Amino acid sequence: MTARAAIAIGCSAGGLVALERLLPGLDPRLPVPIVVCCHTGSPDVGLLVELLGRHSVLPVKEAHEREAADPGTVHVAPSGYHLLVESNFHFSLSVDAKVAYARPSIDVLFETAAAAWRERLVAVLMTGANSDGAQGLKAVRDTGGYAIVQDPSTAEADVMPRAGLDIAGADACLPLDAIAAALNRLCMS
Amino acid sequence: MDVEDIEIQLFVQAMRLRHGHDFSEYAPASLKRRVQQLVRTHESGTVVRLVDRILHEEGFLPRVIEGLSVPVSEMFRDPAVFRSLRDKVLPVLASYPEINIWQAGCAHGQEVYSLAILLEEAGLYERSRIYATDFNDAALAVAAEGIYATREARVWSRNYIEAGGSHSFSDYYSARYDFIKLDQRLRRNVTFLNHNLVTDEVFCEAHLILCRNVLIYFSNALQDRTLGLFRDSLVRGGFLCLGTRENIDFSPAASCFTHIDGALRIYQLGGSGAKALKK
Repeated sequence: MTARAAIAIGCSAGGLVALERLLPGLDPRLPVPIVVCCHTGSPDVGLLVELLGRHSVLPVKEAHEREAADPGTVHVAPSGYHLLVESNFHFSLSVDAKVAYARPSIDVLFETAAAAWRERLVAVLMTGANSDGAQGLKAVRDTGGYAIVQDPSTAEADVMPRAGLDIAGADACLPLDAIAAALNRLCMS
Repeated sequence: MDVEDIEIQLFVQAMRLRHGHDFSEYAPASLKRRVQQLVRTHESGTVVRLVDRILHEEGFLPRVIEGLSVPVSEMFRDPAVFRSLRDKVLPVLASYPEINIWQAGCAHGQEVYSLAILLEEAGLYERSRIYATDFNDAALAVAAEGIYATREARVWSRNYIEAGGSHSFSDYYSARYDFIKLDQRLRRNVTFLNHNLVTDEVFCEAHLILCRNVLIYFSNALQDRTLGLFRDSLVRGGFLCLGTRENIDFSPAASCFTHIDGALRIYQLGGSGAKALKK
């Protein structure tokens, strides 16, 4: 079985609540970085980082450009910038045009994370009211990565997971409360 | 190695050898996305077919440059930054008989006009000169025209107020249909110039340099070179303003600068916190 090296998570509408339920279920010894792109609409991601930090068993911080994706850390994309993963697993940012009406865009994170970690990436696409992330999820699967989509019937907004399933399909389609355990299994073995 | 990564290397080589534009020190992930976007825009199918046109087609280069520089900005972007410039930096600049400002990577000019408004309202514009530079000639032409979509003006108007603007933003433009045109008096002391941060050198002595969200596209080495260029261009005690998420912690050249407003990435050359002095 492939040793997984990183987790990328994308969500939009309803994403805060979904992340607050997912993060406490992760194993505190998880040896891989977790990179999150969540559309917030707020000009500063600081509040999201703080709220998630209260629930997470792992440290949560804003992703900084030129810094490495640290194992056992939740890195959150800053507001107003695309978050990209370079081939040396360091982050970079861009203010290029919005993708799927979003910046940060889940497509951009997933596509660059897929190029960097390839078959060792696990990507999770969750609740959201637009289709950002679907193309990115396809890139993840095309490079041999593992794709989890939140079961749309358990999503606060089902457009995003449905688009993911339509365009990319998934290796697992799970209810929200089963995702953390699946990530632990995939990344701890 | 991934076929597309090989193609990107060929693209970089073609741009450098054929046209003297060096993108080898650009952050690879976003450069790759931009090249992929160019492939879609020009319907060339593969990067190599794009390279073919770059090598052989007369007049194609400007369109490639345009696609690679992707100028996205807004007026008074990050209003707190402009408020801090207004409150902390302009009062210091006011002590100079002449004020030189370099806006590096001015793209479509939104920040050039923001700056001009700031200086105007502080009563400093008459003795100021703004050098607005970019390596993309098409962007410079747009910047010089100062015409933007009306729908953007609503956001900018809010930004202007949050930045501490003392008039009404609408005083500075005339609206026509779907467009606004900024008051051309605002550019009376602006000089637009083609300057490439990758290859060009110091060209002025500046009291303030703004370069926001340009360094994020550069490798650590190129970022360091550029910060060195800024250090050598600034007067002692001059100011540098970067994008609010730019990280210069890895750059040796950054040690010459002191934080004025750390969270907003406003720095001063020299000062008590600086480890090394100019040159």
